[in-house]
Amino acid sequence: MTTVVRDPVTAADPAPEPPTSPAASPTRHRIRAAAGFAFGAALLFAVAPLVLSDFRLSLLAKYLCVAMVAVGIGLAWGRGGMLTLGQGVFFGLGGYAMAMHLKLADAGPGAMPDFMLLYGQLDELPLWWRPFASPWFALPATVLLPMAVAFVLGSLVFRRRVRGAYFAILSQALAAAMVILLIGQQGTTGGTNGLTDIQGFFGYDLDDPVNQRMVYFVIAGTLLALLAVARHLTQSRYGELLVAVRDSEERVRFLGYDPATVKLVAYVVAAGMAGLAGALFVPAVGIISPALIGIVPSIEFVIGVAIGGRATLLGPVLGAVAVAWARTALSERFPGTWTYLQGLLFVVVVAFLPGGLASLIGLVRRRDDDAARPGRFGRLRPRRREGTA
Amino acid sequence: MTSIRGRRILAGALTLVAVAAMAACGSKTTDGNTAAGVSADISGDTVKVGLLNSLSGTMAISEVTVRDSIMLAIEEINAAGGVLGKKIEPVGEDGASDWPTFAEKAEKLIREDRVAAVFGCWTSASRKAVKPVFEKNKALLFYPVQYEGLEQSPYIFYTGATTNQQIVPGLDYLKAQGATSLYLVGSDYVFPRTANKIIKAYAEANGMKVLGEDYAPLGSTEFGTITNKVKSSGADAVFNTLNGDSNVAFFKEYKSAGLTAASMPVVSVSIAEEEVKSIGTQYLEGQLTAWNYYQTTPGATNEKFVAAYKAKFGADKPTSDPMEAAYVSVHLWKAMVEKAGAFDVEKVRGAADGITFEAPEGLVTVDGATQHIAKTARVGKVGADGLITEVWNSGQPITPDPFLKSYPWAGGLS
Repeated sequence: MTTVVRDPVTAADPAPEPPTSPAASPTRHRIRAAAGFAFGAALLFAVAPLVLSDFRLSLLAKYLCVAMVAVGIGLAWGRGGMLTLGQGVFFGLGGYAMAMHLKLADAGPGAMPDFMLLYGQLDELPLWWRPFASPWFALPATVLLPMAVAFVLGSLVFRRRVRGAYFAILSQALAAAMVILLIGQQGTTGGTNGLTDIQGFFGYDLDDPVNQRMVYFVIAGTLLALLAVARHLTQSRYGELLVAVRDSEERVRFLGYDPATVKLVAYVVAAGMAGLAGALFVPAVGIISPALIGIVPSIEFVIGVAIGGRATLLGPVLGAVAVAWARTALSERFPGTWTYLQGLLFVVVVAFLPGGLASLIGLVRRRDDDAARPGRFGRLRPRRREGTA
Repeated sequence: MTSIRGRRILAGALTLVAVAAMAACGSKTTDGNTAAGVSADISGDTVKVGLLNSLSGTMAISEVTVRDSIMLAIEEINAAGGVLGKKIEPVGEDGASDWPTFAEKAEKLIREDRVAAVFGCWTSASRKAVKPVFEKNKALLFYPVQYEGLEQSPYIFYTGATTNQQIVPGLDYLKAQGATSLYLVGSDYVFPRTANKIIKAYAEANGMKVLGEDYAPLGSTEFGTITNKVKSSGADAVFNTLNGDSNVAFFKEYKSAGLTAASMPVVSVSIAEEEVKSIGTQYLEGQLTAWNYYQTTPGATNEKFVAAYKAKFGADKPTSDPMEAAYVSVHLWKAMVEKAGAFDVEKVRGAADGITFEAPEGLVTVDGATQHIAKTARVGKVGADGLITEVWNSGQPITPDPFLKSYPWAGGLS
C-alpha cells in the first residue's frame, strides 16, 4: 500500500517529485504493490466477512461500490485534472441497465415489470427496454453504455478545449438533465421511485443471506481488479502523459501529443468504472433511483475522493469508504444532528489535510525517512541504485 | 517488463479468487434457507419499535412533526402501562430524505435493533424503497401518510388515506359544487402523476373536462408560466398536488395573477395546517383542502390530542392529518398486539381485521384484507387564522379501496 507515497499529490505537495518512469521502477515497488493487493484482498475476503454481521457486510458492499466510482474519479480528476462532477450519470446508466435486466428477469419471459403495469398503462414492453431482457446485452451495456456516452461527450468537449469550471458545470448539467428525464418518464423508468424490489440476480435469490455474501465477494473482487487497472494505467507511459496534461496542457500539445485524446481515455475509463459500480450497486442494495444519480450524489462521489486524496491510488477508495461509513455511523449515533458533524468533518479534513487522508500516510513516512536520511536525494538515491543493480 | 507480467498475473489471480468465491458462496436453492423473518427482541422489560423519518433534507420539515406525534403516542401508552406489560422503547433513525437511506435504515432497525414494528416514511418513493426490505424480513411497517393507492403489501399497514378516501371525495365535492372543468398542477413525482391519472379517469366518467396538466420539479419555485396557463384556461377549479416549498411560490404567483378562491378555487391534497403556516394564510385564505382530519375536527378525543400535543411541543404547533394518522398507527399496533396476545408479526397481522380505535378523526376500523383503515373524508376551507374548517364530510367512514375496484371508471388504471 505504500506505493501511494511516491505519487505526486499536487494539492499537498507544492513541489512534486519528478515521476519515475516504469522502467526505472525498482523491484521493491512491485513487491510492495503485490503485498498491498494481497493485504487488501485478505482484508476484504477474509477479515471483513468474519468480523461483520450480514447487515454490516451488505453495507460494506454498498461502500465498495462508491469506492469503485472513486477509483475512476481519482484517475480522471486526480491524475487528469478533469473535475468530473457528473459521475452520477454513468453510475446511473450502469445501474439502470443492470436493474432493467433484473426487473425483466424477475418478471419472467414476455412479462412486464410490476411498476409499468401500475404507472405505465402500456400494452407491451417499450422498444428500448427489450434488448435488456438478454444478459448478453445488458451486462456489457452496464459498462459500455456509460463509456459510449462519455466518449461522445468527451470528444465534443475536450476537442473544443472546454476545461476547468466549464467542464464541471457541464457535467453537473448532464446529471440534472438525466434526473429530469427519468422522473418525467415515470411509466417506463419508475419515476422518482426508481427501479425497486429486485428479487433475483441471475437465478440467485437476493433475499438469501448466502447470496448477499456472494454479491459482496463479487464487488470486493471487482474493486481490487479496478485498482489493478488504475495502477497499471498510472504506472504506464500513458499515466505520465495524463499527469503532464493535467499540469500543463499547452506544453504537451507543443510536444506533439493530442491532449484531448489523452483526457478522453481517462474520462471514458472513469465512466466505465462508474457504470460497473452502478451495476453492482443494484444487487447489493436492491434499488436504483434518480436520487442516486443526480447532482448531490455526484458531488458526494467527488467529496469522498477529495477527503481521501485525489491523486493517489488508494486515497479515493479510502476516502469514499470513510465518508460513507462515517455517514452511517454518525447518523445511527446522532440521528438528529449527524449532518452538522459530517459537515464539520469535511471542513476539518479539507482545512488541515488538503492532500486527503492518503497524505496522512505520506506525512508519517516522510517523517520516518527524514529521520533516517535527511534530504530528498538521500531518499531517492538508494532506490536508483537498487533499480540499476 | 517483469513488473507488467507480475501485475497481469495478479489481476488474473484476483479474478480467479472472485469467481471461486462466487461459486463457493452462491446457493441457487431458494427453499428453506431464505432470510427467515428476524423475530423481535422481547427478552427484556421493554419492546423496541423503530421510528423511521427524515430528520434532515427537504422532507424534514414535515416528517419531524410525524415523529413528534409518534413519540406522543408512545409516551401515552407507556404511561398507561405499555403493551402486554412491556414499555415501548423507541429507536430513531434518520431517513435523510433519501430513498436508499430509508432502505438501509429499515434493514438496520429490523436486523440490528430487532424492533417489533417500524413507524414512519412519508414520500411514496421512500415507501417503495423500504417495501422489499419489510417483505424480505417479514417485519411490519406502519405508513401514516395519504398516498396514491394501487399498493397492498402484506407487511405494511396504511393508516393514511388511499385515493378513494381523499382524492375521489374531493372530486365528488367539486362536482357537487358544479365544477365542470379542472386544471391539474403537481410536483413531478409519483404521487401527483398517479393521482392525476386517477383524476383524469374520474373526470372522463363524470363529464368533467381536464383543461391542462402541468408538473414542476420538486422544490421548484418558478410558477409564472403555469399560473398564466391556469388563468387563460378558465377552468372552474384547480386540483393541486404540489408538495413542499413549491406551494409557497405557486400560491403567491396565483394571487398576483389576480386569481382568488372565489374566481377559481384550488383544492390541495398536500397542504395541511403545518404547511398553511409556512405558506402564509394571506395566500391561502378561502382555498380548499381534502383530508381526513383537521385540528378543528370536533370531538373530545381530538381536543385531548391537540391539548396533549401542544403541551408537549409548544402552543404554536398545529396538528395535522399525517400527524394524527401516525399517532393513530401506534395505538392501532398496540390494539393488534393485545388482541393477538403476542408481538409475533404473523399473529399481529392475523389479529388486525376489525380492530377499531376512537381516533381524533373519529372511529377508525382496520380492514384486514387491504391493511388500510376505514376513514371519514373531509373537505375543508382555510380560514384567516391559518386553521382549516370542515365544509363537507362523507358522513361515515369510507371503506378503503386502494385499487379502486369498486369504481367502474377506474377499470383501466391498475
